[in-house]
Amino acid sequence: MHPFAYVAPKTVEEAVAVLDKHGDKARPLAGGTDLLVQARAGRFNLDAVVDMKSIPELVAIKNDASGLEVGAAVPCYQLYENAKLSAEFPGIMDAASLIGGIQVQSRAGIGGNLCNATPSADSICPIIVHYGTAVIAGPKGRREVASEDFCTGPGRNVMEKGELLVSLKFPKPSATFGAAYERFIPRNEMDIAVAAVAASVELSEDKKTIKKARVALSAVGPTPILAKAAADALVGKSADDEAAISAAGVAAAAAASPISDMRGTVEQRKHLVEVLTKRMVKKAIERARN
Amino acid sequence: MGAPERVHVRTTINGQAQEFLIPPYISLLDTIREVAGLTGTKEGCLDGNCGACTVNVDGRIVDSCLVLGVEVNGKKVTTVEGLATKDGLHPLQQAFLEEAALQCGICTPGFLVAAKGLLDNEPHPSEGRIRHWLAGNLCRCTGYDKIVKAVQKAAAASK
Repeated sequence: MHPFAYVAPKTVEEAVAVLDKHGDKARPLAGGTDLLVQARAGRFNLDAVVDMKSIPELVAIKNDASGLEVGAAVPCYQLYENAKLSAEFPGIMDAASLIGGIQVQSRAGIGGNLCNATPSADSICPIIVHYGTAVIAGPKGRREVASEDFCTGPGRNVMEKGELLVSLKFPKPSATFGAAYERFIPRNEMDIAVAAVAASVELSEDKKTIKKARVALSAVGPTPILAKAAADALVGKSADDEAAISAAGVAAAAAASPISDMRGTVEQRKHLVEVLTKRMVKKAIERARN
Repeated sequence: MGAPERVHVRTTINGQAQEFLIPPYISLLDTIREVAGLTGTKEGCLDGNCGACTVNVDGRIVDSCLVLGVEVNGKKVTTVEGLATKDGLHPLQQAFLEEAALQCGICTPGFLVAAKGLLDNEPHPSEGRIRHWLAGNLCRCTGYDKIVKAVQKAAAASK
């Protein structure tokens, strides 16, 4: 790898100062499963790698009555091995438990997955359907960005010079909330999504009607896509309304803007989005009811 | 910017305290192989797909090609050299031999360390669980069945 210095700041302020000083010549290191691959491939000309894992806030998980806050450097396994979190945030767990293999899950986290902003990222759509918010720190202080507005293009996000992702915040799901994420891959494991869908629903108290819904699509556009029309097809409808769920699938496929590449064609990806949307909405409803 | 200063790293490898002065940009894989001289850990793909470089850090298996050497400061690392004892091979190593779970052998250290990471926490995993756990390790010789059988054999041998 191109020689770089290693800095392990103890506070967010110190990290921001280092990132601001070096600009494009410094990158934050969390799990490193993207960064070190990219560094080795010569994507950057780095002066410094800034390890986030000595900053207590970035490796903390806070889950209380107000909701969940996951530090940006928390690895996947710390999420899915936590039974309480798994029950409350099932869509996130679906993703955290299938990113890479066990070795990668020991290091990689949903914070880094979001920052890397790959169109096929597994955890971004689940973050979106769980109404996640990115907490960003920078030279001018802190700001919060809705997760659906975070990615701006393949590998691009809203963060500016000197900024870093501190954490992801999620509202506490109601007792009638459910979410699910699934991707289509030709292998059983260790692959990149051809297309993927996350969905969430919040049901009425009697669990018969869909009060709120979100559907987000992965690997079918330059960024993850929040398919609002798909959610609109569900809200106010009976949770057993097959026609509404089918309409959501059609709307999601219409919202997808995939390309044809070595992993799949436009037609296949649109078809997958329709099928996966229906499945994920049903799974989210099932989870909301249990 | 000139060459970054070397960094002092104190770590424990296979139970032995070690201290290194290493460039901050070298991987844990290179630290283990080139600095510590433990060449059992293999370099495969260098991008986290193949698992040949799997080692255990503080109880979690990782791809050592995707960890910086400086990151194991204060941590405990186990490599394939840490599996056998003076009394003999680790049960997994013995089972791999008996089940012919290797051919060229490049993937074997990674599989052994990964499988140990599973059995340390789940002594009797199902076949499905073993296959899922080992999905991050590639083998281009065996077709995996013999590896899975060897892990099952080692698991069955433990009480």
